[in-house]
Amino acid sequence: MNFFIVSIIKIVLVFAIFMTTLAYLQWVERKVLAHIQSRTGPLRVGPHGLMQPLADVFKLLTKEDLLPPYVNKFFYLLAPFIAVCLALISISIIPFGPEIEVGGTRTYMQISDVNVGILFILAISSISVYGVALAGWSSNNKYSLMGALRSSAQMISYELPLTLVIVCPLLLANHLSLRAISDSQAGYYLGFIPRWSIFQMPFPQIFGFLIFMVAAFAETNRLPFDLPEAENELVAGFHTEYSSMKFACFFMSEYANMVTITCVATLLFLGGWHPLFPAPYSNWVATAVLLFAAIACFFQAIRPARKRDRYTFPVFGIGFLILAALWAVPSFQTILVPIFWFAAKVAFLLFTYIWVRGTLPRFRYDQLMHFAWTFLFPCALLNLLLTALFVAVF
Amino acid sequence: MVDTILFIIFAIVAIVSGFNLVLQKQPIASALSLIGVMGSLAVLYLLLGAEFLAMAQMIVYGGAVMVLFVLVIMLLNAGREKSSAKSWFAQIAGLPLLLCLVALLGFLIRAILPPMRSVEFGSWVGGTAEHIGQLLFTTYLLPFEVISILILIAILGAVVLAQKELD
Repeated sequence: MNFFIVSIIKIVLVFAIFMTTLAYLQWVERKVLAHIQSRTGPLRVGPHGLMQPLADVFKLLTKEDLLPPYVNKFFYLLAPFIAVCLALISISIIPFGPEIEVGGTRTYMQISDVNVGILFILAISSISVYGVALAGWSSNNKYSLMGALRSSAQMISYELPLTLVIVCPLLLANHLSLRAISDSQAGYYLGFIPRWSIFQMPFPQIFGFLIFMVAAFAETNRLPFDLPEAENELVAGFHTEYSSMKFACFFMSEYANMVTITCVATLLFLGGWHPLFPAPYSNWVATAVLLFAAIACFFQAIRPARKRDRYTFPVFGIGFLILAALWAVPSFQTILVPIFWFAAKVAFLLFTYIWVRGTLPRFRYDQLMHFAWTFLFPCALLNLLLTALFVAVF
Repeated sequence: MVDTILFIIFAIVAIVSGFNLVLQKQPIASALSLIGVMGSLAVLYLLLGAEFLAMAQMIVYGGAVMVLFVLVIMLLNAGREKSSAKSWFAQIAGLPLLLCLVALLGFLIRAILPPMRSVEFGSWVGGTAEHIGQLLFTTYLLPFEVISILILIAILGAVVLAQKELD
């Protein structure tokens, strides 16, 4: 019975945090993109546009739910459902931290620990093509079909280098469970170089990590590989005919896939929740960062760029101070410090996603395929062979 | 208890999807039913403790093979099947012959295969990636390598044929 209660609590917590992350990821993306392009981004709804995600959700829910007369009704309605379900399911096996003890109950910070975890993620990602393919086909629209075909071909092509590169950290860790892979990256060389896969002897996976990130951009259909929804060629690609909640499903699945794949990258290559610095120092990094944020907020409040900043920034500053105090309490640190490191790594990778979107132009479709098959695939193969050789020899 | 309930649910899903695969007129609906069969089979493997096989089933059959099926159906834009008039032989002898086949299969399974124990869910532990890897590289090394070469030849053949089309 205890197991059921703990599991339900974990599921509710993870779901709530995941959904909030998805909503605010979109706000962060708009803000960061705006600042890259010398704009301000959403600013009207709430202080600094912080209520914008709520407004967007409300807008999407209240829009007219249009069902075009020429679509294949059953598959048209099934496609967004498949897309969003498969995108949300992978988070259930992502571990966020080590085993913890709360009120006498020991539990993993993870909904369930599957011993073929990474294969599960690959299986889900390989069948999530159907959402896009069905959406494009059932819409009965040439732009949708083109978008779906492009997307399927792209996802299948980039899955090869992605899978080949995932095998390398598995060789180093000798496990398929995400928790065991992350645990094998604990510890430090010479007392300060972390044993993350990208630094791990006998063959550091730095190139593997780069290939993984490039393939991950293509897998999630993000710029510079967002050919499936290239708006100047295909209107909106596979979701041209979708509106209101059904469009929101595709939108949400894109962001959920981004979060999942950055979580996987963190677990496989960046050591999961294991900190960058050895234990006594790493416990205080979170407090230091949050204190710095609080100080920056107060400093902005002294010299406000706009009139209302004088009132909003101190509120944020106090919020950051409270968070800093939370992370400084020693009894909370066993739970909160791993979460901070995991979240920091995932947030950095997500920021890279947005950064790349604001920086690089879109590929042409033949360049995209050429790049995957003649450059990325041989590189991933070479990386795998070298890793296998080094692991076998040393 | 939970195992049995899950088995019943997914066995029913597999059988219904199998029937749906044959009965559907729309090719893409048939393809999706086949994915349903593959998926529920994967869950049955998982219940038996063969987790690696279950995931391989989803990745290879559910992901790679069926995506190709669906893509081909989409590209050819295959429409609804037209049912032709059934021949008088099929109308008269179809059902009895089907029953005969089922009875014959049942008899052969009972007669030839050794008597089986009842299945216990979760009692078998030989299904991990480690066990399967051990077996593939020791007991079944020769078949494994031969199949690899066979698949390599098939890939080369496909490339050669595609090259001819392009020239």
